Amino acid sequence: MAGGHHTTSLRTYALTRLALALPMIWILLTMVFVLLRVAPGDPISAALGGRLSPEQLQARREAAGYDEPLIKQYFEYLGNVVTLDFGETIVDNRPVTEVIRQNGAATLELTIAAFLVSLAVGIPIGLLCGRYRDTPIDIAGRLFGIVVYAAPVFFLGFLAQIVFSQWLGWLPSSGRASPVTTFDLNTTTNLYLIDSLLSLNFPAFKDVLEHLILPATTLGLVIGGVFIRLVRVNVLQTLQGDYIEAARARGLSERNVVWHHAFKNALVPVITVIGLQVALLLGGAVLTEQTFNWPGIGSELIRYLNNRDYIAIQGIITFFAVLVVIISLLIDLVNAWVDPRVRY
Amino acid sequence: MSAVLTVEDLRVWYGTDRGPVRAVDGVSFEIGSGETLGLVGESGCGKSTLGRGIMGLLPRGAVMDGTIEFEGRNLVELGDRDLRRLRGPEIGLIFQEPMTRLNPLMRIEDHFKETLETHEPNLTDAELRRRALDALGRMGIPPTRFRQYPHEFSGGMRQRIMIALALVLRPKLVIADEPTTALDVLVEAQIITILDDLKRNSDTSLLLITHNLGIVAEACERVAVMYAGWIVEEGDARTVFSDPAHPYTRELLRSVISLNTTELNYIPGAPPDLADPPRACRFHPRCPNAMEVCAQKDPIEVRAATGQRVRCWLHGPEEEIPPGAEEPLEREAIAIAEEA
Amino acid sequence: MRGGRFVAPIREARGVPKWVLWSGIVITTFFVILALFAPLISPYNFDEYQTASGERFGKQQPPSAEHPFGTNVLGTDVLARVIYGARTALEVVLLAVFFSLLIGLPLGLMSGYFGGKQDRVLVLIMDSLFAFPYLLLAIVIAFLLSDKIGQGVFTAAIAISVVYVPQYFRVVRNHVISVREESYVEAARALGAKPGTVIRKYVLQNVIQSVPVIATLNAADAILTLAALGFLGYGIQPTDGAEWGYDLQRAIADAGAGIWWTGLFPGLAIVAMVTGLTLLGEGLNDVLNPVLRRRAIQDVVLPAQPAKAPVEEVGV
Repeated sequence: MAGGHHTTSLRTYALTRLALALPMIWILLTMVFVLLRVAPGDPISAALGGRLSPEQLQARREAAGYDEPLIKQYFEYLGNVVTLDFGETIVDNRPVTEVIRQNGAATLELTIAAFLVSLAVGIPIGLLCGRYRDTPIDIAGRLFGIVVYAAPVFFLGFLAQIVFSQWLGWLPSSGRASPVTTFDLNTTTNLYLIDSLLSLNFPAFKDVLEHLILPATTLGLVIGGVFIRLVRVNVLQTLQGDYIEAARARGLSERNVVWHHAFKNALVPVITVIGLQVALLLGGAVLTEQTFNWPGIGSELIRYLNNRDYIAIQGIITFFAVLVVIISLLIDLVNAWVDPRVRY
Repeated sequence: MSAVLTVEDLRVWYGTDRGPVRAVDGVSFEIGSGETLGLVGESGCGKSTLGRGIMGLLPRGAVMDGTIEFEGRNLVELGDRDLRRLRGPEIGLIFQEPMTRLNPLMRIEDHFKETLETHEPNLTDAELRRRALDALGRMGIPPTRFRQYPHEFSGGMRQRIMIALALVLRPKLVIADEPTTALDVLVEAQIITILDDLKRNSDTSLLLITHNLGIVAEACERVAVMYAGWIVEEGDARTVFSDPAHPYTRELLRSVISLNTTELNYIPGAPPDLADPPRACRFHPRCPNAMEVCAQKDPIEVRAATGQRVRCWLHGPEEEIPPGAEEPLEREAIAIAEEA
Repeated sequence: MRGGRFVAPIREARGVPKWVLWSGIVITTFFVILALFAPLISPYNFDEYQTASGERFGKQQPPSAEHPFGTNVLGTDVLARVIYGARTALEVVLLAVFFSLLIGLPLGLMSGYFGGKQDRVLVLIMDSLFAFPYLLLAIVIAFLLSDKIGQGVFTAAIAISVVYVPQYFRVVRNHVISVREESYVEAARALGAKPGTVIRKYVLQNVIQSVPVIATLNAADAILTLAALGFLGYGIQPTDGAEWGYDLQRAIADAGAGIWWTGLFPGLAIVAMVTGLTLLGEGLNDVLNPVLRRRAIQDVVLPAQPAKAPVEEVGV
């Protein structure tokens, strides 16, 4: 490896990655279009077939642009995505962007809370397992990770509801907040925790938090289980590194070596994999919302699926596709910032 | 010249499922202040284990006994914490593969900061920086590169950084474990020049572990030859190379390739399995001068006429050799393809 | 011999990996037996709600002697549904893994070996698919397929397999690429071997080694995906068989009334089967691909120091 190069700047790397992200988005959008516009044939009839007369159906089709040639529809679709026009739902005529905005905040709150729980569970246990390899601590931690991931989030949710809502009565089992709070709360961001803090409404904050605990912990535990395995493997590999031995040879304390060299370096590869967990989080969020009656995008998606509302489904899935690619791009940027070798 | 390090009857054995591996099996030597001792031998003779053993950096499952006297203390008996205080400021270690010995996520500056702060916490930031830059400068690394990351340096430069990192703490003894094996010849020459410089301009002692006889000849005042866990010959470098007392040394020298080489010489057979070394003299299966006694009794350390210590029945002591056992050893032709 | 490469390491496994592997084998075998012999093992059929004499089981009855796991909201026996659920799970998962392999393995092989533009395009497509939340993808596909060919084992299997093809593709392709660079492959090509031969003889044999591990871990994941689909209503038809996820969806409503047996047992079944498969997969991985294997440490005792004679001056 030649020496003397300057590291590529973060900015250059960011631009390169952005350039790669665009084809990815395009491929996903095309896939969405093929699956949800082309395959179903006539979405309007599928959704409203029995309920409207043929003329009304035809009028609807024209309004939605479904009588145009497919290619034209395709480019129209792509254009609409860029202008963030996802159309209106078939069954209740809501603009899809509104659906995303209103329910999206709920899902966002849930996923962020769950993500924090997963980090809090997965990283410490993974670090411990790696440090104390093959001891009972390690075995217990790994088993915990495996079993927790093997439990579907709706099963854990079921158990949580039985134990914490029914038997102990500590926490509510559905919804984001009690009706009183929902009525009372001044929603500016639609993130109830933040809104309640902003308006200094502490009873509301407590209520919202209570509603958030079970769903977030349930989802977070499952994802945390995955982190345990990832972090552990990375710690094991890092501890075998040559620079670890060299650090010991310089008289650094074992604690110093383990914390500043091993753990820190082990967590860096984990960052890239966090991006994959976001996909898991979003999928899990849909299930969690169903289990806990959480009014997020996931439950809306299911509702529209059951109603065969292809426009809504297409809009929501498109949103998810773009979101996922953007998040993956952001994760890559964070990774490049933390690990200078990546830019090189 | 007083001895900085005195090793006596050191043994380092590892436990494996084939039985104990006797990597170092009764080794004694000493290094004086400012002196450079070369430790040569083939791969697997135990020299790396010896180097690490002195530092107490052995893997799990290794046991050690004997005496390693350093600064009036026996390192074999020292606890972990005391050993750690020695590592770095008293005894430094330079490793073989420079490419992977630096933390890829830490700048060079951070490596130095961490090391100096651990051992000399009373240094001010400015002093710390000065010492680090000074050490790097002597290795030919400019201050402009102080804040760069390891992957921005070539292998040779990384090794120089490692040496600087070892020397910045001004240890009394530096152990260099095959410092140039992973580097190409030109870079090797640079490193050897640095080590040679070290010898001349400071009173840091150096234990240079290598299988390359050439650099020992260039950089070391004394040399110890190691075979199968034993030191078989030790003395002044020039003497050992011009008048080798032990057959193994002699064969090693003969097998070195140079521009004058007209035919390839090699030592038949393979280095012994340290879990099950040959009886008595461990070199006897491959030795062209082996006698009967070599397969019967462990050779005793004596001083040869030319001055070096040697462990070989060829040099006596006569009284210990049973009558008739000076006859050449009878054995079948050594199978050449005897790879363990 | 190809079989020997698997059997030998398994027999020689020691310590933690050995326990992991064998507990995985035991649990998985248990469920396979449940699945295969469901009609013989289960006390009732999965949709039976009355005895032979027409007496109904009763809805949402707690566990009892006749119904060790109780009955659910439709009056069917929970234990029976758990056992038959294993059968459904096995059917769907085997189909799904088979389909994924059928598509992912050849694609990965070709793409990895031949490289070029097709490879880059395929990689981009697969990476994009891989990035997308796979549950959402499975739901959408199951939803679309159910319109066309109706719900059932096949639909669920296809939906699941589409989602996992990128994974197989990626792993196989990476493996192929590393094998392709090996010197023995280069040598074969230099000697003029046709691509088909090289792939068949060298690359495939090598790559096949990683398949059991991926397939097992994949199967574990597939069961979770199937349960999720069932939970959302896009799994199999209730009339075709029992499915654990579907039962759990019904059970959520029961939770409010404090009825725990309708959800606990199907849920535990999922946890057990997925854990068993994961242990099997991880165990196989530890045993067959020992990247991080540690040698067993034996204790060693040093004998006393041998007696030494002092160094003597001797002339030669």
